[in-house]
Amino acid sequence: MQKEAAIREPLILGDKSYKDITDDVVGPIQGAAPIGWKIMITISTIIAIYGVGSILYLLGTGIGVWGLNKTVGWAWDITNFVWWVGIGHAGTLISAVLLLFRQKWRMAINRSAEAMTIFAVIMAAIFPGIHMGRIWVSYWVLPLPNQFGSLWVNFNSPLLWDVFAISTYFSVSLVFWYIGLIPDFATIRDRMTKPLAKKIYGVLSFGWSGRAKHWNRFEEVSLVLAGIATPLVFSVHSIVSMDFATSVVPGWHTTIFPPYFVSGAVFSGFAMVQTLLLIMRKGMKLENYIHVKHVEYMNIVIIVTGSIVGVAYLTELFISWYSGVEYESYAFINRFSGPYSWSYWIMMTCNVISPQLFWFKKIRRSLVATFILSIVVNIGMWFERYVIIVTSIHRDYDPSSWGEFHPTSVDVGIFIGTLGIFFTLFLAFARFFPVLALNELKTILKTSGENYKKQQANH
Amino acid sequence: MNKVFHVMYDDDDTLKDAASALVAKGIRVKDVFSPFPVHGIDPIIGVKRTRLGIAAFMYATTGTTLALLGMWYFMISDWPMNIGGKPSFSLIENLPAFIPVTFEFSVLCGAHGMAITYLLRNGTLPGMPASNPDPRTTDDKFVMEITTEQNAMSADELEAAIKETPLFELSIKDYK
Repeated sequence: MQKEAAIREPLILGDKSYKDITDDVVGPIQGAAPIGWKIMITISTIIAIYGVGSILYLLGTGIGVWGLNKTVGWAWDITNFVWWVGIGHAGTLISAVLLLFRQKWRMAINRSAEAMTIFAVIMAAIFPGIHMGRIWVSYWVLPLPNQFGSLWVNFNSPLLWDVFAISTYFSVSLVFWYIGLIPDFATIRDRMTKPLAKKIYGVLSFGWSGRAKHWNRFEEVSLVLAGIATPLVFSVHSIVSMDFATSVVPGWHTTIFPPYFVSGAVFSGFAMVQTLLLIMRKGMKLENYIHVKHVEYMNIVIIVTGSIVGVAYLTELFISWYSGVEYESYAFINRFSGPYSWSYWIMMTCNVISPQLFWFKKIRRSLVATFILSIVVNIGMWFERYVIIVTSIHRDYDPSSWGEFHPTSVDVGIFIGTLGIFFTLFLAFARFFPVLALNELKTILKTSGENYKKQQANH
Repeated sequence: MNKVFHVMYDDDDTLKDAASALVAKGIRVKDVFSPFPVHGIDPIIGVKRTRLGIAAFMYATTGTTLALLGMWYFMISDWPMNIGGKPSFSLIENLPAFIPVTFEFSVLCGAHGMAITYLLRNGTLPGMPASNPDPRTTDDKFVMEITTEQNAMSADELEAAIKETPLFELSIKDYK
């Protein structure tokens, strides 16, 4: 049997058996919905409906209702797109990269992080879709035979690479998530007593029976999917960054963008995981599975990626001066001292200074501090995209076409609306889906469970 | 009359020890049902490593080929366009711009091909009936399935051998 060092903190606290793990995860699904959940889902559904209304108004009227103008043609919408895609990076990173590195602490958080990924990518996909204005012709981004010549899409363009990257990322993440869910749905199916619920979970579990050969295949599929999802995580946000980096706009045209965007994405993704999980563990009483050690591990990832982002900001600044290109230097001087300097300094404070607080062990292991800082990072990362997009284009080469961007209520409504849709989906997930990879957790109980570790130490 | 034995254990290590003991006596274990992958049971009961990894590789290379073929047709052969002076007349020279889509499409085909093959080979598809002998095998119990059909021993001999292992429950059923 595999052994783990006794000084390593246990990953599962309390005196748990295999059955307790099942009970702790399936119990909340069988029981009645708690009042807190009902309140939260009502609020988020109302916000979601407001968002859908704003989107419908936009589609009916045209994107003139946004604050965009001739100079600032990308602003709030693409900021939201990149922000949501970034958030969607933590899930696959946790489940794929950490699986390859055999990090067992991922098992408590991967399921909900992947759910977050999928919902965040759906939210992200809304923005380029509605930015087209005429969403009903959005299928034109696909290389389909057509009657215009036939005129094909441009495979040299990073915008088209993005179509392939985002759709591949979304569908592969969804498949990876669902394959992991099948055995857990089977556990729920076998414990449900109400016939309708049993039937539904029966269909969802695809008739999983847990045969040895099936588990053998399951592990191979998980490993191979993790192996190919890992470069996918890095490629997706690299391609998103190339939407900017391959242009000739000062402030965007930098080779540092792909690694800088990828670490920024992981940074914001982990912050969002913290925000969601700290509420979920409390609400669903999962403190024994997602405890301080897990939070600390995630905070360490936040320090590392946050520092990479900080270094990238400073490198950008230095290179803009060192390059000797007047336009490039101006773009950056304008960033920190121009009309949008307030957003630059919000970004700097939230993303560079605040995560450094996690060097203190007390803060890193404090749930309240983590929760507050995770929200600060989420805000900072939104402003990072806002700064990159709006400040780089609002002062064009020609001063007669300088302009400013002011969001309208529709801009704000759609963004708030996507938050509503996201939280509605996540709350529905937390209520009806197994929020922990419960059967996977059982495999580490004997090596990383507190009771088993104590037994071992006594021997 | 053939008989099928469903031997239940309440621990994965007990199950493994029992399986080793039975296999040492020349008994064939038909299958094992467990709530999670029991590492080390496969070589004992003779489950070979799956070839799904090879299948995934083949799906992915199909994706690579299709992506390159498609882009060659769209961008080079059917309607070459001068986009920023990029070499629109040669696949090789324009290849750097085609790498991202080639990669994404290879991953797309590899991942989905593998997932579909996995589900089909398992026979786990939406609406399929579950075949685990006891609902507790998806919770905290482990069941070994042994049939008289696959073993030379008589039902009584098998039962005696099975009862020597530290089992939790035993159910014996007839089947045709």
